[in-house]
Amino acid sequence: MTDTARRKGDRLLEIRGLRIEARNAAGDWGEIVHGVDLDLNRGEVLGLIGESGAGKSTIGLAAMGYAREGCRIAGGSIMFDGIDLATASEAEKRGLRGARIAYVAQSAAAAFDPAHRLIDQYAEAPVRHGVKSRAEAHEEAKALYRRMQLPDPDRIGFRYPHQVSGGQLQRAMTAMAMACRPDLIIFDEPTTALDVTTQIEVLAAIKDVVRQYRTAAIYITHDLAVVAQMADRIKVLQYGREVEEAPADEMMAAPREDYTRSLWAVRHMEKPEAPAPALDPVLSVRKVSAAYGRGMTVLDDVSVDLHRGRTVAVVGESGSGKSTLARVIAGLLPPVSGDVLIDGGPLSPTLAGRSREDRQRIQMIYQMADTALNPRQKVRDIIGRPMRFYLGLDRAEVARRVAEMLDMIELPKAFADRYPGELSGGQKQRIGIARALAAEPEVVICDEVTSALDQLVAEGILKLLMRLQREMRLSYFFITHELATVKAIADDVVVMRHGRVVDRGTRAEVLFPPRKDYTKVLLSSVPEMNTGWLDGLLAARL
Amino acid sequence: MSRALRQFFRIPPTALLGMAVVLGYAVVALFAHWIAPFGESEIVSSQYDPWGGAFLLGTDNIGRDMFSRLIYGARNTIGIALLITALSFSVGGLLGLFAAVRGGWVDMVLSWIVDILMAIPQLIYALLLLTIFGTSIPVLIAVVAVLDSTRVFRLARSVGMNVVVLDFVEAARLRGESLWWIVRREVLPNVLPPLIAEFGVRFCFVFLFISALSFLGIGIQPPLADWGSMVRDNATLITFGDVTPVLPGLAIAILTVAVNFVVDWVLGKASGAKS
Amino acid sequence: MSAAEDGKAGAETRRAFRMPPILVMVARRLAIGVVTLFVVSLIIFFGVELLPGDFAAAVLGQSGTPETVAALRSRLGLDVPAHIRYLNWLGGLLQGDLGYSLSGEIRIADILGTRLFNTMFLAGYAAVIAVPLAVGLGIVAALYRNSILDRVISTATLGAISFPEFFVSYVLVLVFAIELGWFPSLSQVSAGMGFGERLYVLFLPAITLTMCTTAHMMRMTRAAIINLLSTPYIEMVRLKGITPWRVVVQHALPNALAPIINVIAVNIAYLIVGVVLVEVVFVYPGLGQLLVDSVSKRDLPVVQVASMIFAAAYILLNLLADVLSIVSNPRLLHPR
Repeated sequence: MTDTARRKGDRLLEIRGLRIEARNAAGDWGEIVHGVDLDLNRGEVLGLIGESGAGKSTIGLAAMGYAREGCRIAGGSIMFDGIDLATASEAEKRGLRGARIAYVAQSAAAAFDPAHRLIDQYAEAPVRHGVKSRAEAHEEAKALYRRMQLPDPDRIGFRYPHQVSGGQLQRAMTAMAMACRPDLIIFDEPTTALDVTTQIEVLAAIKDVVRQYRTAAIYITHDLAVVAQMADRIKVLQYGREVEEAPADEMMAAPREDYTRSLWAVRHMEKPEAPAPALDPVLSVRKVSAAYGRGMTVLDDVSVDLHRGRTVAVVGESGSGKSTLARVIAGLLPPVSGDVLIDGGPLSPTLAGRSREDRQRIQMIYQMADTALNPRQKVRDIIGRPMRFYLGLDRAEVARRVAEMLDMIELPKAFADRYPGELSGGQKQRIGIARALAAEPEVVICDEVTSALDQLVAEGILKLLMRLQREMRLSYFFITHELATVKAIADDVVVMRHGRVVDRGTRAEVLFPPRKDYTKVLLSSVPEMNTGWLDGLLAARL
Repeated sequence: MSRALRQFFRIPPTALLGMAVVLGYAVVALFAHWIAPFGESEIVSSQYDPWGGAFLLGTDNIGRDMFSRLIYGARNTIGIALLITALSFSVGGLLGLFAAVRGGWVDMVLSWIVDILMAIPQLIYALLLLTIFGTSIPVLIAVVAVLDSTRVFRLARSVGMNVVVLDFVEAARLRGESLWWIVRREVLPNVLPPLIAEFGVRFCFVFLFISALSFLGIGIQPPLADWGSMVRDNATLITFGDVTPVLPGLAIAILTVAVNFVVDWVLGKASGAKS
Repeated sequence: MSAAEDGKAGAETRRAFRMPPILVMVARRLAIGVVTLFVVSLIIFFGVELLPGDFAAAVLGQSGTPETVAALRSRLGLDVPAHIRYLNWLGGLLQGDLGYSLSGEIRIADILGTRLFNTMFLAGYAAVIAVPLAVGLGIVAALYRNSILDRVISTATLGAISFPEFFVSYVLVLVFAIELGWFPSLSQVSAGMGFGERLYVLFLPAITLTMCTTAHMMRMTRAAIINLLSTPYIEMVRLKGITPWRVVVQHALPNALAPIINVIAVNIAYLIVGVVLVEVVFVYPGLGQLLVDSVSKRDLPVVQVASMIFAAAYILLNLLADVLSIVSNPRLLHPR
């Protein structure tokens, strides 16, 4: 970054042997962060990266001397500019928080108090810490809102949080963190909840103000490509321990540890080009329009074909209507107009109108494996039920096939007697897949099936899905917002926006190179694995 | 085994005490006939005999043994309250889950009926209905059970709603499972913990409610021994500084406190396990 | 999303006149309240029709001769069709003409006025003590949750919820009226009684009601605040270095208003009912005692009117609470 940022020996934060404990369901304390060291110089940005359970947010909060309810800092020192936050009094820490160390939360919509205007929440910290008067704070807020390219910067602050969009709120929150010109800001996954095109704007704004005020920052995320744009140095964490730490360029170019490499596992996947589709599609969506309630059109004249043994990926940002399309196909939302055909024959628009055979032909795999499996049923019953229900198999036959199925999804047979609560996220998702396949369907709707999973686990799931497709000639209707996933599994691609189809065709036709402007924006917004990507893109877009 | 023991000792002392008390009451209620020294409505002496001697707690306003009546009261009041709670749970609980799973107009109509029934305080309804139908035990049970089932309906519906929106219920619907199957196999097992806790809460409420009605003279009718009416019948003694009439009230209070302690623990456990 | 929004905007511009959503919600809630009151009046009036056989004969029982039954029938207007009787009854209610009691000697309106006032006085008295106490205790318990103080408050209130009102009343009477002699055991009031004297005479019943309602209100207030304190925006405020007191007053309380208002309303509504039992214990000439007396006498006209008043008060309080919580919701106050 800048020269000042690189000044050696100007240590701002020094964490040594940090141990954090959390209380489990039974009420016992267990260690979740096992002696982590962390150094940060003034004006430097450190990326903290890791998958779920790595303890990165917990460490980020500990840098403010803060532990969430049910957690406690059990050992080590947290020296912030000569003060040990691990032992400092509440009042001392209160004096620092907001004033010299600020926090930017993951979901701005949840982290702004709904009862107060944005600008008043901006002014609260400077006024309370006695740094600025209210009027001064308001003037500065407007200037900062302008710098962060918020629309109508003089007046947007006088709105309430629910009146402002997610991407704008996230920028307003970064501005709020800047209010006292702190020495250090903790960014806790600030763009994780945003769409890719919105993410760019927020990343650019954050990078700009951090640079402008030479603020040191800890940037927490699970996305290596994002952190590569923001950080000078990157620290990789796993299960509350450090895996490796290196300057950003070095790590991107040559990570030392296999674990680090696995963090971008899905990016390396690419499905081989498949032969051109056969003539008749197995599933066909014809000119479907759909609406929730009256007048709320969410799908507008959408047509999609899915050919046997192939995968069509429906890609789009939130609000594009891609999940609604899945609901229409499943029969959960009868369309206003248009048809869904399977093997050339029409499907009833309502679930009640579909025969058992029709239902059997289309099965669904869900995004959240946690809620997709009944926590009170054993794996045996979850996978066995569709066999009994659709195929009318007897008990012994079901038991035999459940064992076969577990084998097929690469899980031990003994898992049949487990409850979902005893499985990991990836294992649960595999059970979800097995339940869908137990019905012996023709079409499987996959609704963001890997979005909630860590990269390595997601890679495993995608590989499994592809193997099963080859073996069973399955057709996947694959809904996702991640372009890396599209590249990994799709034969055909449909790009959707605002309920309309923007482009459709084979993967190569639609994406490589993109032929529609929106597809271009979408593709170029996905952060790449090199540190100069964001700066390059912003320069190019100007 | 050691794990079970450890679990046992993790139970907070209030909940342990609560369980012990509930158990004690159950024993007294079940074996009232063998424990009580005199008959339930047997007039054994003159009215208002003092404590001690043959009559441990003296005699009541028409010369029945207070102690024996207290014991029989446990059987009557607790028994009727349990019966009512069980009734209101089977009706309200099932209808609530049914409404949650079925949705649509069925849910709307059922909810509307419950809203109307809940728009008036239960006591007022009970007074009105008992005036109209007279005060007999079957009427009392029916009226209180119907009124109370509205509360159970609300709870069952709302916890059911939380489960119904989950994907595994949608998966069952997509599969084509019957309504009854979804209620029984997908929803019910997942709402059992809060419903069990609610059973305790509702039992306390019903128990207090019928005691109140009896105290007002329109609940359980003489000569059946009942804690509410025993307070009322002997209230005059209080003016003389005698605590005897308060004892049945104390019996009620101790049981409800005990049940609440247990419920509080169960609820805390259920919510703690979730997070 | 924005396609959906476009659609919605289109639908709304089609309507020429558009009320702010908050007014729409309040108006809808008020309309539901009126409908509920109406349906409840139907239930209270026609519930009596459910009585098997002839009502007059049933009331008079074995003592009724054909002549007395006929006389009672005409006095109750039973010879007129039910729906006309209902309209007359409802019209009378709205104009303050409440009809006659079963015996026919007493105009209900004459006895109701003072009794209604007495009941309201007692309920208001208890509410003035109970509401601040409960909300205050709830906030304190939430702020210092899991501390010894919180456990003591929570366990004590859990106990208080479990006590029957008549038990609490009699214990208070035993201690403060009989043993200590500080307060009267019966709450007799007369028309000319001064305000202070009334407060003194009603102290024990008011305390009984306070004890029985505070527990609930306090526990619900505590739960509402704790719920809020775990939200991300409260964590954010804490991480801005704001003092705990300001966190609660400035950020938690404004957002907890709706649930707290609801708790208070539910409990004041409960007070109105709890009053029935307490009035009986303290022989206090309020509406509750009148209702219970009339129930034992099966004096249906009085029971109907008294039930209707209790029901109306309950419905109106709940209505008020709902409207207040709509109005205190920042998302509705400041629409997009």
